[in-house]
Amino acid sequence: MASLKALKIRINSVKSTQKITKAKKMVAAAKLRRAQEAAEAARPYAERLAAVMGSIAGKVTGDSAPKLLAGTGSEQRHFIVVINTDKGLCGGLNSNIVKEAKLQAKALINAGKQVQFYLVGKKGLAPIKRDYAKQIEKQFDTSTVRNLGFEQAEAITAELLALFDEGKFDVVHLVYPKFKSALSQDPTTVQLIPVPSPEAAESAAVGASVEYEPSEEEILEDLAPRYVKTQIFGSLLEREASEQGASMTAMDNATRNAGDMINKLTIEYNRQRQAAITTELVEIISGAEAL
Amino acid sequence: MALKFELVTPERLVRSEDVHMVVVPGSEGDFGVLEGHSPMMSTIRSDAAVEIYASEGAAPERIAIAGGFAEVNDKGLTILAESVG
Repeated sequence: MASLKALKIRINSVKSTQKITKAKKMVAAAKLRRAQEAAEAARPYAERLAAVMGSIAGKVTGDSAPKLLAGTGSEQRHFIVVINTDKGLCGGLNSNIVKEAKLQAKALINAGKQVQFYLVGKKGLAPIKRDYAKQIEKQFDTSTVRNLGFEQAEAITAELLALFDEGKFDVVHLVYPKFKSALSQDPTTVQLIPVPSPEAAESAAVGASVEYEPSEEEILEDLAPRYVKTQIFGSLLEREASEQGASMTAMDNATRNAGDMINKLTIEYNRQRQAAITTELVEIISGAEAL
Repeated sequence: MALKFELVTPERLVRSEDVHMVVVPGSEGDFGVLEGHSPMMSTIRSDAAVEIYASEGAAPERIAIAGGFAEVNDKGLTILAESVG
């Protein structure tokens, strides 16, 4: 049995933990709204870009297509870009992302492919290092950036494309958390390079003769990296929203658990206090009787 | 007659409105787009500005944009720019 004083200390410590989790929850809720808005604001661009890609990719086929679209011709070396958060306190989000990434890596390795990792965000490093220490090609640090924006997506894409041009890999996959709601974020894998050919444009566009300035090939060459960039940008925004959503849920749970714990400890404390008073009374009474 | 004009960046939808004419700084030269322009697609010079004429004869509004491309189809003109200055 813990002493009264120990119990009091315990209760106070849980109380201050609760204060922290409560504050973090409110911060996450506020940030979530902003992150969600940002993710929504980015959607029109991605949609239109995909539509344009679809209408133009159908027209350029065969050898004239840029390498980003057609691939290098081999499928031996795979690159997995894993997007994790920089901060913890967001429940199982990061471990779910890592799990998905490892699943993909395992499937590829079992199929006899080579796998390398490119990590974005701090929290993926440790768990992936445990299993694939030698396969981590690079880590991109986003922890010093306050407002994640297009610049980061640009920097990541530039690095990826440079590696691709060096011929370091053939296929790139992107693993990121897809934000569904504050309660659920699905880790998702998409193929980044070669750019998967988007669904063919609606038949309406086929009949119209579109002028291209410069040629289709040149536009496509300009477009493909932009498409990759947009994908990465989108996934960064999804990550941001997912992080805040997961954090909010996790902190809400933590706050509630702390509340339960405080209740239990308070009952325990009161019981002991009562017991102590009773003992004291019994001692006084029996002392008085003895006189 | 109005041209449906949209200017989109990765961060947000900057403009979506009906205008009279837009002059687009294409990589092979500026071109003006009026309503009913034939479908075309063009990349955009970096560090240039689009000129938006809200109505005929009005003073143009200039928006600096960087990197991107323009698409004209039967629905209107869409400019996808990497950033807006």
